[in-house]
Amino acid sequence: MADAAVEPVVSIGAGALGRGMPMHLCLDPSGLITSAGPTLAKIAPMPLVGLGFFTRFDLKRPIGIADIAGLRGSGQRLHLTLRGAADTGLRGLALALPDGGVLLNLSFGIDLPDAVRQHRLSDADFAPTDLAVELLYLIEVKTLVMAELHDLNRRLQGAKSVAEEQAQTDTLTGLRNRRAMDNRLAELIDAGAPFGLMHLDLDWFKQVNDTFGHAAGDHVLQHVARVLTGETRLHDIVARVGGDEFVIILPGLIDAARMHGIAHRIIDRLNEPIPFGDKVCSISASVGMAISSAYARPRPDRMLSDADQALYASKHAGRGRATVHSPDG
Amino acid sequence: MHGLMNRAIQGFLRDTYGEDLWARILGSVRLHPDGFEAMLHYDDAVTETVLSAAADQLGRARDTILEDIGTWLVSSRTGQPLRRLLRFGGVSFTDFLHSLEDLPGRGRLALPDLGLPALTLHEPQPGVYDLTCQGLPGFSHVLIGVLRAMADDYGALVLLDHCGGDHDGETLRIQLLAADFTEGRRFDLAGEG
Repeated sequence: MADAAVEPVVSIGAGALGRGMPMHLCLDPSGLITSAGPTLAKIAPMPLVGLGFFTRFDLKRPIGIADIAGLRGSGQRLHLTLRGAADTGLRGLALALPDGGVLLNLSFGIDLPDAVRQHRLSDADFAPTDLAVELLYLIEVKTLVMAELHDLNRRLQGAKSVAEEQAQTDTLTGLRNRRAMDNRLAELIDAGAPFGLMHLDLDWFKQVNDTFGHAAGDHVLQHVARVLTGETRLHDIVARVGGDEFVIILPGLIDAARMHGIAHRIIDRLNEPIPFGDKVCSISASVGMAISSAYARPRPDRMLSDADQALYASKHAGRGRATVHSPDG
Repeated sequence: MHGLMNRAIQGFLRDTYGEDLWARILGSVRLHPDGFEAMLHYDDAVTETVLSAAADQLGRARDTILEDIGTWLVSSRTGQPLRRLLRFGGVSFTDFLHSLEDLPGRGRLALPDLGLPALTLHEPQPGVYDLTCQGLPGFSHVLIGVLRAMADDYGALVLLDHCGGDHDGETLRIQLLAADFTEGRRFDLAGEG
């Protein structure tokens, strides 16, 4: 059988060993440190040579190794710290020497960046084969790239806010939003164009949300949006301006009777039960209206508030109704 | 071309010649008003348009602008992180020169899609190096600027010449006259500050 003694023996001078393994330790059979690599000597708070290995180092893993025989037989990765420099974690491998001693080759584990900073290590402190410097390079690169990505994310977030700010669409229903409604209203008034304004508020919507949950509520709002779009003309503006509040602008329409007709068709359709899964949601709607030709000089805020007042009157009169604001009343 | 390289051109022009010049260039190029994003990719033609707009505006040759970009990349305030990354290449300027062949690989470690050109170093005689750069036309001019600034950083005295290009790439000649001409700048592995 092959015996360890018949393996070719490599002998190496202390200087060469220090260059190839700048963090090595040689231990004699009694466990005394006979030589220490220059980098290890540099980070040790006290001299190492001549002292017992187990008095200078704490072996964390594997547990239970307390003497030179244990080290010689360990064969796996060791985790240890140097006394007086306990925050620098070291890892190493113990190799049994023919004289009964041990050669320990150590390195910084994942604590490398801290160790380099704390002990002001340089390229020369690492073996030329060691990838420690590349690891530091990668950490630095990673930090820079992360900073760039962070910046990019911040800018994109800003751009997204601006885009949302400028958006004209209500995301849930696909209807126009309040901003779009305000803009169109101002345009029509600036152009002196006649138009009708409808303010619609859902009745019993809160009960749908409370009873069946928000998913049912969202479903109802989308249904309402389809009804409102279906009952109006292509160039009318249908906007969702609040949770369950809608404004419809009807360019060219100033006939109160026709507006009543449209409003009642909408209310009739909204009175129909809306299936949601195996449940049925019931709502209705109240409408208040204002007509631009009723004003000598129509103003958006005035017309909206008058339509709102008419809506309130509809609610007051028992919901499911439509009222046109009368300027003299 | 990677956004980082485009950002370098943008950073150099804004830093060196001011916002007015950059605004004039932006005006003549179809680009987002915010300029280039570091982490996006751009068509090579966009980069060329920016460079020729800069050359027109400044009345300077494209190659000398590229060379100045190289110097700025390493010696300006903005360039300090890159200077550090390059210094990881070696402890002496000679070491650094030899590490240049690894540069595309190091670039890939940082950003897999960075796309640095292949670099080959020959030493036809002691102290004389030929560096060949394949791909990314004009990069050799940027490299001249980078090498000049890095020689300063290491404290080395060098002579740099552009030997022109052919289908095998563009070649630079580097003559190292003195490796320790000056003290150079200190490089601390652990970082600065």
